[in-house]
Amino acid sequence: MSEIKHGNLIVSSAPHVVSPVNTSRIMLDVIIALMPALLMAVYVFGPRALLLTVSCVIASVVFEWAFRKITGRTQTISDLSAVVTGVLLSFNLPANLPIWMAVIGCFVAIVVVKQLFGGLGQNFANPAIVGRIVLFVSFATPMTTWPLTRMQLAGGADAVTGPTPLGLLQKGAMEDLPSNADMFMGFIGGSMGEISALALLIGGVYLVIRKVIEPTIPVCFIATVAVMALLMGQDPIFHICAGGVMLGAIFMATDYVTSPITTKGKIVFGIGCGILTMLIRMFSSYPEGVSFAILLMNILTPHIDELTRMKLNGVPKGGEQ
Amino acid sequence: MSSVQKHLKGIHVDHCKNTSSLPIVKMPLPEKVYIPMVQHIGAPCQPTVAVGDHVKVGQVIGDNAAPVCAPIHSSVSGEVTAIEKRMTLMGRVDTNIVITLDGKQEAAETVAAPVVTNKDEFLKAVRASGVVGLGGAGFPTHIKYNPRNPEEVDTLILNGAECEPYITVDHRTMLESAEQIINGVKHIMHFLNLKKGIIGIEGNKPDAIAKFKELLKDSPEIEVHELSQQYPQGAERVIIYETTGKHLLAGKLPAEVGVIVSNVNSVLKIEEYLETGMPLISKSLTVDGNVVKEPKNVEVLIGTPIQDVIDFCGGFTGEPKKIIMGGPMMGKAIPNDDMSILKGNNAILAFDDSFAQINEETACINCGRCVRACPMNLMPTAIHKAYERDDLDALKKYHASACMECGCCTYVCPARKQLSFINKLAKNKLAAAARAEAAKAEAAKAEAEKAEGGKK
Repeated sequence: MSEIKHGNLIVSSAPHVVSPVNTSRIMLDVIIALMPALLMAVYVFGPRALLLTVSCVIASVVFEWAFRKITGRTQTISDLSAVVTGVLLSFNLPANLPIWMAVIGCFVAIVVVKQLFGGLGQNFANPAIVGRIVLFVSFATPMTTWPLTRMQLAGGADAVTGPTPLGLLQKGAMEDLPSNADMFMGFIGGSMGEISALALLIGGVYLVIRKVIEPTIPVCFIATVAVMALLMGQDPIFHICAGGVMLGAIFMATDYVTSPITTKGKIVFGIGCGILTMLIRMFSSYPEGVSFAILLMNILTPHIDELTRMKLNGVPKGGEQ
Repeated sequence: MSSVQKHLKGIHVDHCKNTSSLPIVKMPLPEKVYIPMVQHIGAPCQPTVAVGDHVKVGQVIGDNAAPVCAPIHSSVSGEVTAIEKRMTLMGRVDTNIVITLDGKQEAAETVAAPVVTNKDEFLKAVRASGVVGLGGAGFPTHIKYNPRNPEEVDTLILNGAECEPYITVDHRTMLESAEQIINGVKHIMHFLNLKKGIIGIEGNKPDAIAKFKELLKDSPEIEVHELSQQYPQGAERVIIYETTGKHLLAGKLPAEVGVIVSNVNSVLKIEEYLETGMPLISKSLTVDGNVVKEPKNVEVLIGTPIQDVIDFCGGFTGEPKKIIMGGPMMGKAIPNDDMSILKGNNAILAFDDSFAQINEETACINCGRCVRACPMNLMPTAIHKAYERDDLDALKKYHASACMECGCCTYVCPARKQLSFINKLAKNKLAAAARAEAAKAEAAKAEAEKAEGGKK
């Protein structure tokens, strides 16, 4: 010895092994989980739905790439988070929305909500949700003009636009409401990705099995909607399957960045989303309240996180170490 | 505590226990050994020999009268050919005694089984054995066995978890020396007046569990506890909770919750000393990794150059890019291979470029995996963010100092953040701030006293 044989070794802090799961793998899993709902959308609304989703994905990725390029930051499009935002935003739109409007939504989501706040991990609200809300208040008519479904077309409907279950509920047209079975399967009108509770549930189960999400938020969200519906004398199954509850609870409210970290925090967040959704549905002038509910809870997330900090093991209640 | 005991959190890492069926083999003698004078936590040893002296196996060559120190013995017989400063595996430059072997391996005259009849003699024997915490911590064992509150301490936990991937040397030791280890446990319990013994072994070593259960079927005072297959079961605070249900807070000693925790190898070495009087002069370790030609479990004399150990294992099959002393979760990556084996080493793992890559960090996505992994219930991501904005109050609020650096958070982080490392830096920052505060208070006090004196 006394002579170095191998001296050019890499020195780094322990641990020297890492789990194979990285950010892009997580995002890829979310994209995979969204596929059943996309298939359902294409089946119900035709290829226009696919075109809308592809456009949103391309627009989101291009906006992210351009923003990082112009501001001289490292490229982040390979983490696939922009793809997820694009798919999610498109799912929140009517399948026949003009593409240029959808592109504006992508700009709001990616540039205003995500990148201007510092990029992935820094946004205070879910980009796709804010993108949808901005489109909704900017282009109220096209955003609430629902295309006819395959079933309505087959039935020889003479209208140009189709109703959504929640729209019918608000108008009080109870006799026209679809059956719960149709709502669960997704043979109904609405935003392109939200219609099929079954398809969204399949995606949700995949995410839970892959340990991408914990079921806490979706379960609390959906259960609260059901309980509130019962308390208000409504059909809980209808309220769970109608509108964006399934899409919101499984894919939007579980966004890591804008939801609490601890289990306690997730329970509070899920219940809050459920309560706000039902209050908006029943007492506001809007038929649907999922995106506003999630946005409001997004804003409360830092406070929920602060109030539900982990307690150190072995420290008695209220005791500080 | 409820009847259904909750487990602490942790992670599942590939065990990679490739060498678990390979018996421990003795290495042939090296030409020279390099024995550093710091191999434990505490005061460094001072050499008690000089260049030119002839030394024998088991002879004390370094010691210090300071309270926290364990003597260091010659692992060979031969001539002291140099006493020099060298970089050691403790990550520092220390005095090394270099001994050129004469090949005879004559035992020193002082090597004789000690007479031990009571606790004082036992503690003296433990000190004389040179044993320090061989699980890696390196705390002198005779200090650990002499807590300030002996009347409250009633349990000995034998740590046979070996939760680090790759390392199998404790497993092999348990299989090959079970009787001696049990005798050691009984001696320790007897002399320290401990009523209960718990042997904690992770469930991935069913043969060791079965062996100990069989040998202990007539010893109801010693329980074999199968630990769940999850990292880090062998961390002191985790094994204490898993076997007794007691939480050990950061900065507290196990004795404060009534237990003493010892590694299987520490107990074995103490028992060997009690039987023969031969102190700690060799250490068994696992040699593995994807560029090691013949992975082995090897008994190595302390002070043996790493290169000799690697040569004994057939050398490298490719260019090593990372050499880790210890396991991949908590082991230290070393800058070069020009160092020698210490008491506390339990593995040499060598890997090529494909393993050594440092992953690029991306943004935190707040996924909470680190929070769900932390056995101490910390929020590593919050600590990371507080550290980056230099927020000492937040570091305290998030209990950064309770981190035991097990590495679970870094392992699971999808953004590849060095959470465990940042937490280590955060702990240093908190400690530095506390020191500065203490110094300031001291200065203010001195100032006040001076003013007081001036008035008079």
